Amino acid sequence: METKAIMIVGVGGQGTLLASRILGHVLQSAGYDVKVSEVHGMSQRGGSVVTYIKYGDKVYSPVIEKGQADMVVSFEQLEAARFVPYLKKGGTLLTNTQKINPMPVITGACQYPEELIAKMENMDINAICVDALSAANEAGSSKAVNVVLMGVLSKIMKDFPVEEWRKAVDACVPAKVKEINEKAFELGTALID
Amino acid sequence: MSDLMLGNQAVARGLYEAGVGVVSSYPGTPSTEITEFASKYDPSELYCEWAPNEKVACEVAVGASISGARSFCAMKHVGLNVAADPLFTASYTGVNGGMVIAVADDPGMHSSQNEQDSRHYAIGAKVPMLEPSDSQECKDYTKLAYELSEKYDTPVILRLTTRVSHSQSFVTTEERQNVAVKDYTKDISKYVMTPANAIKKHIVVEDRTQRLTEYADNSGINTVEYNDTKIGVITSGICYQYSKEALGDKASYLKLGMVNPLPVQLIKDFAGKVDTLYVIEELDDVIETHCRKLGIKVIGKEAFTLQGEYFQSKIKQVILGEKDEWQTVDAEIPVRPPVLCAGCPHRGVFYILKKLGVMVSGDIGCYTLGSAAPLSAIDTTVCMGASVSGLHGFNKGRKGEYEGKSVAVIGDSTFIHSGVTGLINIAYNRSNSTVIILDNSITGMTGHQNNPANGLNIYGDPAAAVDLEALAHAVGINSVRVVDPNNLEETEKAIREELAKAEPSVIIARRPCALLKTVKHKPAFKIDPDKCKNCKSCMRIGCPALCLTEKCVTIDATLCVGCGLCSQMCKFDAIKE
Repeated sequence: METKAIMIVGVGGQGTLLASRILGHVLQSAGYDVKVSEVHGMSQRGGSVVTYIKYGDKVYSPVIEKGQADMVVSFEQLEAARFVPYLKKGGTLLTNTQKINPMPVITGACQYPEELIAKMENMDINAICVDALSAANEAGSSKAVNVVLMGVLSKIMKDFPVEEWRKAVDACVPAKVKEINEKAFELGTALID
Repeated sequence: MSDLMLGNQAVARGLYEAGVGVVSSYPGTPSTEITEFASKYDPSELYCEWAPNEKVACEVAVGASISGARSFCAMKHVGLNVAADPLFTASYTGVNGGMVIAVADDPGMHSSQNEQDSRHYAIGAKVPMLEPSDSQECKDYTKLAYELSEKYDTPVILRLTTRVSHSQSFVTTEERQNVAVKDYTKDISKYVMTPANAIKKHIVVEDRTQRLTEYADNSGINTVEYNDTKIGVITSGICYQYSKEALGDKASYLKLGMVNPLPVQLIKDFAGKVDTLYVIEELDDVIETHCRKLGIKVIGKEAFTLQGEYFQSKIKQVILGEKDEWQTVDAEIPVRPPVLCAGCPHRGVFYILKKLGVMVSGDIGCYTLGSAAPLSAIDTTVCMGASVSGLHGFNKGRKGEYEGKSVAVIGDSTFIHSGVTGLINIAYNRSNSTVIILDNSITGMTGHQNNPANGLNIYGDPAAAVDLEALAHAVGINSVRVVDPNNLEETEKAIREELAKAEPSVIIARRPCALLKTVKHKPAFKIDPDKCKNCKSCMRIGCPALCLTEKCVTIDATLCVGCGLCSQMCKFDAIKE
């Protein structure tokens, strides 16, 4: 199989690394060669964060560049808009509609752009926009946005049995927040048809 | 069994399987997780520690090696500058138990202050350097490095880069080898590097390089893959992966697993079989220069660059002339730079320093983010420890004119690493400099490692803690005081008073990192919209939990940890617990 490329993007502290770990588990269970690439350190402190996940018969480069991603999963609107250029033509964007202001917006140096969701829905991509924050809050913690989005993703990546996703969630989340995350995952699966 | 592992995790697994006995490191992105993962193994088999700095870590590894154990230290590229002194002479003494140094370079500077290429250290110190290209090779090369170290009687450097260290790929694990600690025998001619002994050892080192070059040519560590021979590529590490993705079987490859010493005959043979030969290497032109010295025509930096990371698209564009296409959203997308976290105890200090308009000699850590808008408080950042010694130099250079108008800021871990020597210099050579130690009780930026000042070792067990106040007194600083940086009034008073004194001084701004699990947070503060005049005073502290709206400022309750700094900024009493 030709190598597929998925990006998980968001704001440092939103739990993108855990999401990439869950996805990595699912892909591994399907027997693919997998590479997951993340950046640690300074950029994690509330900055824009990116994880690359690639799978196929044989994966070489762990990195995804502009025009190379089959899918971008974004935890935040602005980050979705920032990383849309990484999608191939006709690629899929799954984004949380949550907005988190970056420092230049907080200080008033820039405006948070308007109508981003509508603009992205009008592009030559398959845009899926969900309110993962509300679902996470319903599950019991705003921190469960990552697992809600994995629930949505499990509905998009239908080739992978939902049981494998559930197993991956259980394997990756800390034991004491397992119940919240299990609920978050199920609520995520219900966000799209 | 096969597992997805970070490159760094795979190096740690390699240490375990190679029967390594002693690991000593100083944290530094992107190398930190090697030692963190290594510390998860049974310490009675694989003992780990955080050292105060990379020089100490490397010397601990040298000592452990001489004792007969297999030893290891890890560091980032700039850490090897600190550890270069022991490295260059350990090359002469050689080893008893095998010794490996892992150094992680950071092309693209994701989390570093420069983009130096550590291969120059292997060349300079005349030691072999291996460079893995994925996690499996991280493990395999780590184990191979110990074999080479003991066979050729030399420390071996394992060179990583950010993308290898921080990418996960599959690794097949094996059992730990039973490696007995070798006998220690006193051997003055081997371990005492007086000139007379070192002169003899230098001859051994040069001979060793010759033998290692033969190894590079014949051992199979460097591999040739012939496809279409119109294009030939010599590459190593992560650039091999980028090249394979970009060119597939449209090119033939010489993949170098050992980047020092470089092979000779292998390169000549490969060059003779391909039409156009490219060298694909990030950062400096090390392989390219080697090829040119052999009289081989290659295309290298004239087509690529000395800066940043390469990736597959660049290679595709340069060699095949192909470009990817993409579309953008029709909007101005504001940047999202990293910021000091909500509740960060460094924020109060930087706000006061900005308010006072002093020159701030900065250092390396989370608090380097104090240079970002709106605080923009830091004047200089060079390397670990340079805040303290640099401030002394600045004050001497201005003949005392800036004493009273300048400070150094340095974290607890960085102060232990190399700030204390600068403080000794301030006391000894007397400048009226004020040093602020930002003591957040942890090594923060690299992801929360314990350090000699916080009373816990790498395993989280209680350990001796450096008494920073007593240490400052002991080196000759008489004026030492402790403040809570979340109390703006107290912090401002302390800084003003210490700056006014005609003597050197130390202020310890003490409050643990807000992200530590042991730190209890207050509930989020609230802004009373009736009292808020939208004067934006609170926005001057640059807290990511504060948000401007048209009517008034609001607080993001998911981010706010109740530090109360913003309420101290408010003249209208609008911000409350």
